[in-house]
Amino acid sequence: MKAQRVQALTKKELLRVIREPANLFLVFLFPLILTLAFGVAFGAIGTGGDIQYSVAVIDLDSTSWSEGLVAELYNSGVLVPTPYTDAVTAHSDLQQGRVSAVLTIPKGFGDSVEAFTANPGNPSAWPVSTLELSLDQGSMIVSSVVPSMIQQALSVSLYGEEALSPPSPVKIGAPLMVESVKLTQFDIMVPGMFSYAVIFLTMIVSQVFTEERQQGILKRIAVTPTTASDIFGAQIIANLLTGVVQIMVVFVASYVMGFRPLGGIGGVLTAFTITLLLVLCNVGFGLITATLAKSSGAATGLSFIFILPQMLLGSFVPAPESVARFVPSYYVTKTLTNVFLRGADVLSQSTILNIGILAVYSLSVIALGVVLYSRYGNR
Amino acid sequence: MIDAIKIKGLVKRFGDITAVDDLNLNIMKGEIFGLLGPNGAGKTTIINILSGLLEPTSGSAEVAGYDIKTQSMDVKGLIGVCPQHSAYYKYLTGRENIELFGDLHGMPKKLLRERTEYLLENIALMEMADRKTGNYSGGMIRRVNLAMALIHDPEIAFLDEPTVAMDPQSRRATWDFIRDFRKREKTVILTTHYIEEAENLADRVGIIDHGKLIALDTPCSLMDKHGHENLEDVFITLTGRKIREDV
Ligand SMILES: Nc1ncnc2c1ncn2[C@@H]1O[C@H](COP(=O)(O)OP(=O)(O)OP(=O)(O)O)[C@@H](O)[C@H]1O
Ligand SMILES: [Mg+2]
Repeated sequence: MKAQRVQALTKKELLRVIREPANLFLVFLFPLILTLAFGVAFGAIGTGGDIQYSVAVIDLDSTSWSEGLVAELYNSGVLVPTPYTDAVTAHSDLQQGRVSAVLTIPKGFGDSVEAFTANPGNPSAWPVSTLELSLDQGSMIVSSVVPSMIQQALSVSLYGEEALSPPSPVKIGAPLMVESVKLTQFDIMVPGMFSYAVIFLTMIVSQVFTEERQQGILKRIAVTPTTASDIFGAQIIANLLTGVVQIMVVFVASYVMGFRPLGGIGGVLTAFTITLLLVLCNVGFGLITATLAKSSGAATGLSFIFILPQMLLGSFVPAPESVARFVPSYYVTKTLTNVFLRGADVLSQSTILNIGILAVYSLSVIALGVVLYSRYGNR
Repeated sequence: MIDAIKIKGLVKRFGDITAVDDLNLNIMKGEIFGLLGPNGAGKTTIINILSGLLEPTSGSAEVAGYDIKTQSMDVKGLIGVCPQHSAYYKYLTGRENIELFGDLHGMPKKLLRERTEYLLENIALMEMADRKTGNYSGGMIRRVNLAMALIHDPEIAFLDEPTVAMDPQSRRATWDFIRDFRKREKTVILTTHYIEEAENLADRVGIIDHGKLIALDTPCSLMDKHGHENLEDVFITLTGRKIREDV
């Protein structure tokens, strides 16, 4: 590799992105317009329904009694109990406004109820258990309605219909009021926008190589002392620089539309790191596409083999995690969702794991792309 | 005289087509050598082999003393190739296209800038130099295509039909430019099917037909030997065909 050659080829690549209207659109204007448009369309839409209140239920008791209580909550027609297994997820969903309340049924709840039914007249024989409740304090309705609804469901499951307020073995703890950040549908989509912006680089890279091959430019370069690593190196550098600008475009446009990511400067750095890894991966996909495609027209079509799954399974479109795990963009979207929306620590195990998985994924793809293209691409 | 290029028993087959058929040829340093032949004669294939784009089926060749198979990187540093079909970046300006190839050859920046100015001046492209080549006329593109090959002032230049699609004025300017090249002891291998080009420019001419070298001499000796006034007639005598069907 020689710096002068790599620099000249990188410059040429960047000029291409800026001067070819189709590229300029795909790389910068498309993410910009899409972010702004989604901001307008989904920025005002909240995520939860507003007539029924979903309640995250953590059932630590798991007896027929606790299940009866949950069924009773459900029968209210107003509360929608959703089973959760861990408190962290439940509370983070409460913070993000996905659920209106978190109800924890303690271990021993069933024992209390059983003691009560066996000995209804003797309160001293009942072991008392306390239901823990956390509520979204931002909503007046939730904080006034939900506790009484739960109280009522509890009474019904203990005494049957139309009970008043007799003594009870189960208390509802003073509700913990939680301030939820009201996420809009747009906020939920933004992490996926970062992935979305860069996956089209697959198409750009595949077009560069097929066009230059078709037009005889690669042959022309091949009779100069330029090496394959100069060419691939310049392509990688140019795309990373393009990616940096794309990431900035999404940051600025989403900020303008009201997106306020958590995570501070560390979150921003995480976004750049992981999204640039995805850029690398897409340069690799572009090379693989250019190897398979005979013409640049064919490359454009073929590139969707790599673009569509990343778009549908790993960006802002909801997708089942079991399949999504196979597309690289999923790791970007997931990590940025954790960091920007859930306030996950940027050095948390899951963030580092995701970055690690994507790094291995991307390096393998780009290595494969370089090898395939060098072997079979230059015909 | 030192040989710039030595070709020994060179053969290139594409399936059952023999594009180059047992070619033996030495080209001297400082000469303008014209490869003359009809379409499909094998001219481009010879240049592609010498410049390292194609591997020969058999035989060997040396360019500036370097073996084309084992020392191709050394060869690439010394040659300039002007391809038959213009290859350039449409979204770059003429100047940017030319300078890019100077950079690929690792030219010092100051020299590169001076040499680009000189070339733009000489191929009469100064006015259009900073416009995108996508907007150039066919003749202008040919001139940029040539300048991209010569930016680094190569020791040996392979020019594959360099003046195709140029108007007579540009063609003459290009000829002057190529002659100037020879003055500085550079070697030029020029393919053409323009008879006047070979007659006017080449020190020696090799006539190729069906991949075979069927005549080799100075234009004058070839015409004398066969008793003709021009190379066209020489070609007809040798092959029984016209060199270009459309002439
Ligand atoms: N890559 C290739 N695959 C198959 N056949 C080829 C290939 N390149 C050249 N040929 C064949 O080799 C022969 C010589 O072609 P070449 O391009 O060298 O001719 P040329 O003298 O340059 O012709 P022209 O004046 O049209 O440029 C032709 O018959 C051509 O069809
Ligand atoms: Mg040819």
